[in-house]
Amino acid sequence: MLDTPVQVVAGVADGLLPPVVLGVTALTLLVIDTVRPDETSLALLGGVGAAGSLVAFGVAAALLAGGVDPTTVYGGAVMLDGTSLYFTLVFASVTALVSVASYDYLRGQDYAGEFYALVLFSATGMSLMAAANSLATAFVALELTSLPSYALVAFLKQNEGSSEAGLKYFLVGAVSSAVLVFGISLVYAATGALTFGAVAEGLTTADDLVGIVGLGVVMIAGGMAFKTAAVPFHFWAPEAYEGAPAPVSAFLSSASKAAGFALAFRVFVGAFPLDVLVPMGVDWVLIFQVLAVVTMTLGNFAAATQENVKRMLAYSSIGHAGYALIGLAALSADGPNGAVLGASMAHLFVYGFMNTGAFLFVAMVEHWGVGRTFEDYNGLATRAPMASVAMTVFMFSLAGLPPFGGFFSKYALFYAAVDSGFWWLAAVGAVNSALSLFYYSRVVRALWIEEPAVDLSLGRRPVGLYVAVVGAALATLLLLPAFGPVVETAQTVAATLF
Amino acid sequence: MILAALMAVTAAAALVTFLVPDEYAGGAAAAFSALPLVGSLLLWAGFDGRGNALVDGEVAFETVSPWLTLGGYEVSWHVGLDGVSLPLVVLTAVLTTLAIVSAWSAIDERRSQFYGLVLFMETTLIGVFVSLDFLLWFVFWEAVLVPMYLLIGVWGGPRRKYAAIKFFVYTNVASLAMFIGFVALVLAAPVQTFDLPTVAAALRNEQISALLGLSPGALRTAAFAVMFVGFAVKVPVVPFHTWLPDAHVEAPSPVSVLLAGVLLKMGTYALLRYNFTMLPETAAALAVPIAAVAVLSVLYGAMLALAQEDLKRIVAYSSVSSMGYVILGLVAYTLYGVGGATFQMVAHGLISGLMFMAVGVIYHSTHTRMVGDMSGMADRMPVTTGILVAGAFGYMGLPLMAGFAGEFFVFVGSFASTTLPFAPVFTATAMFGIVVVAGYLLLAMQRTLFGPFRLDTDYEVQEAPLRDTVPLAVLLLCIVALGVAPDLLFGMIKDAVVPILQGGGL
Repeated sequence: MLDTPVQVVAGVADGLLPPVVLGVTALTLLVIDTVRPDETSLALLGGVGAAGSLVAFGVAAALLAGGVDPTTVYGGAVMLDGTSLYFTLVFASVTALVSVASYDYLRGQDYAGEFYALVLFSATGMSLMAAANSLATAFVALELTSLPSYALVAFLKQNEGSSEAGLKYFLVGAVSSAVLVFGISLVYAATGALTFGAVAEGLTTADDLVGIVGLGVVMIAGGMAFKTAAVPFHFWAPEAYEGAPAPVSAFLSSASKAAGFALAFRVFVGAFPLDVLVPMGVDWVLIFQVLAVVTMTLGNFAAATQENVKRMLAYSSIGHAGYALIGLAALSADGPNGAVLGASMAHLFVYGFMNTGAFLFVAMVEHWGVGRTFEDYNGLATRAPMASVAMTVFMFSLAGLPPFGGFFSKYALFYAAVDSGFWWLAAVGAVNSALSLFYYSRVVRALWIEEPAVDLSLGRRPVGLYVAVVGAALATLLLLPAFGPVVETAQTVAATLF
Repeated sequence: MILAALMAVTAAAALVTFLVPDEYAGGAAAAFSALPLVGSLLLWAGFDGRGNALVDGEVAFETVSPWLTLGGYEVSWHVGLDGVSLPLVVLTAVLTTLAIVSAWSAIDERRSQFYGLVLFMETTLIGVFVSLDFLLWFVFWEAVLVPMYLLIGVWGGPRRKYAAIKFFVYTNVASLAMFIGFVALVLAAPVQTFDLPTVAAALRNEQISALLGLSPGALRTAAFAVMFVGFAVKVPVVPFHTWLPDAHVEAPSPVSVLLAGVLLKMGTYALLRYNFTMLPETAAALAVPIAAVAVLSVLYGAMLALAQEDLKRIVAYSSVSSMGYVILGLVAYTLYGVGGATFQMVAHGLISGLMFMAVGVIYHSTHTRMVGDMSGMADRMPVTTGILVAGAFGYMGLPLMAGFAGEFFVFVGSFASTTLPFAPVFTATAMFGIVVVAGYLLLAMQRTLFGPFRLDTDYEVQEAPLRDTVPLAVLLLCIVALGVAPDLLFGMIKDAVVPILQGGGL
């Protein structure tokens, strides 16, 4: 049942355009680097990367605004619908911010062309993950996302921390890919199908294979937990985020995490419908409930004990994975599922800006060579007030304080959980969120209230990093008044998944 | 639109001030703050509201535009003014401008950041008083914390870090409790919106269903209690007051002015708007414990003030005492009680602002605030001490000053209360607080201001420059004006209070 070329082109025009734009941008970057390997201009590379991401963002936004009919192409392997476009908005905006910020970070580094190309290839993979409609596509897209990111984490080859982080990330990633693919093969064995719709259909007659199905579902959930850095597959995250170049940490902890969620939403909602699996005794919602509670609690408590800001952000990003998991944990066979899932998507959208911004501020501090602990951040506001304002916005927004975008996204998420009858999930989330103010405000205190070290001087202002950090802060602020369309779109497109 | 414009101008002023070089920041901030000041005075001049904004009143300068829908509940940009909120907006604008001028002497590092934060805080404070939608209001309510935390934490005294985080954590936890309480009420009420007038109408008519196993009555009582505690921390009411002395003592004087003058009023304003307007029956049922807490605040706050040696602590604790009168007026639930409480919010804002500012001026010259370290200041700083003495008499309730009018209205109102059992007993006990106030203020003034000049620190003391004394004089003028002609504000306050007292099951 292969598509004709005409259908493929029509499919691209219909909605596959954003990943295509990202992929073409990646290839263009490689061409630029090949033409002038010795004197590649960072401005050119960063500009092309950012422009490509922005075009992908614009295309996805335009398609989304125009309204999309869910259609499948490539024999049902790829699904073009609102959800894929919505997540592409997240990936594209994070990629644009990271591209702009890397302009300064890569100064004096070799292989800048490869760096940008890898980032864009990874973004292409994410965009495909969000559009996957078959377990095979899901796996391939996941690998397309992951392989470049292993290399990106180890990008600072001369730096022991970066190399070690890259190796660990790769090993854990390879194991979890194996687990995922094993899970996929089990599900295939039970249902004889790979596209999500066919899997769901096959499950209705797979009563006698419930053990195989159950094991497959658990293993697939494990693979997703790895990508989203959820407990118990989170061990790689603090190491990788801390060792990686900070823009890469930003990219992984925002975009890559969102991609993991996109895929998890698609697979579990599309292929494993609750009304089929729960009667069989495979209640995967339970898995995600446990994961959500443990992940947010453990992430928060671990974050509170850190002395290194980047590591604190790494654990905080694990905590936020726990909040986003509520999107899956509060589903039920007949509840307002679109609202819950959509709220989780909206939270990931806002999170994309505030978390990326926070890691990019860390990148800026690394660029200044100030240090990595809370103490090293003392008094930065006296030297760099605008950037410190931006970081303050990120911290308070991550903590869910009302004047910023993070408040509404958390509120919508917790409210949706309460509305679905899972008030205890919301309560755990709210308590964790209140506690998180403790460690987020430590950064604010260091920046503004503590005295700077006597010899604190920052040198040059990194233009690209400033643009990216201030841009992310503005977005975080503007997402408060503009949260309406964000959450309404998310809930609308999420409702079509069910 | 005009209120949005007012806040946008103030926010833009904050941003520009933040970027201005330090040496021009003070002047620029004062000039910019004149914009919201003039704007708020124009609002006063053009005020055409009638009744209470939450109870079917004609709201002045009202704007409603849909914002977003959260889980089926509508949130809108709904702002407007009535006779309760307008005086507080004017108070905010007046005190901010005067605090900025008084900061010219007091603040000498990171000035542009200081003034930028003060103007940003003014924006959020105006937002608190004009918002008529719960989530909008809550955004501003919490946004006030951020600049205040930094203002205390960066420019405060030796224990500023502790004081700032204590303030932040106390009020933030309180806000969370209050938030949950109110949202539970909204979920149980037959409304699909966070619009305060709509919610108020539903709650006043007791159209509320059971929620999570709580019967409507239990839910109302529980929500009233957590909201009361949430707001009581902000006011503050004994026993939730312990953050206040720390915050006040460590905060720089201009910030203390705003903290005592405006931020405490957020708590009493919210109590009036939420607890007493929306749940009058529950308020009446809980009248005795609330009145007891109010009287306790009056007396205990005054006793604590009596025991202090630090001038700033004396003024800080006396704020706890004065806020007790406001609570007593609210719980009395009569026209003069609630109206007097609202009037007292403004009067106390002006008077405590004056006191903190005057103490700040003296501290700037002497570098000490300890009562035992100085005496005879009147010899060297006649103008400052003269205004301080006048302000202190305002605090004690000297007739023809705003403090007298406020307290008098409250006592008249609470004495005649029909909803509060033993109202005369509570009132008479609270009145005793005035005696204590007079005691500690006179004692402190006698020891520091009069007698032969003596100072234990090595500083040359002379009369403060005009830029320090002019704001004091302006405040004194406002206090006297309101004392002589309370109807400048009391007319519109009464107009806005009457609808609260009618209906609502009482």
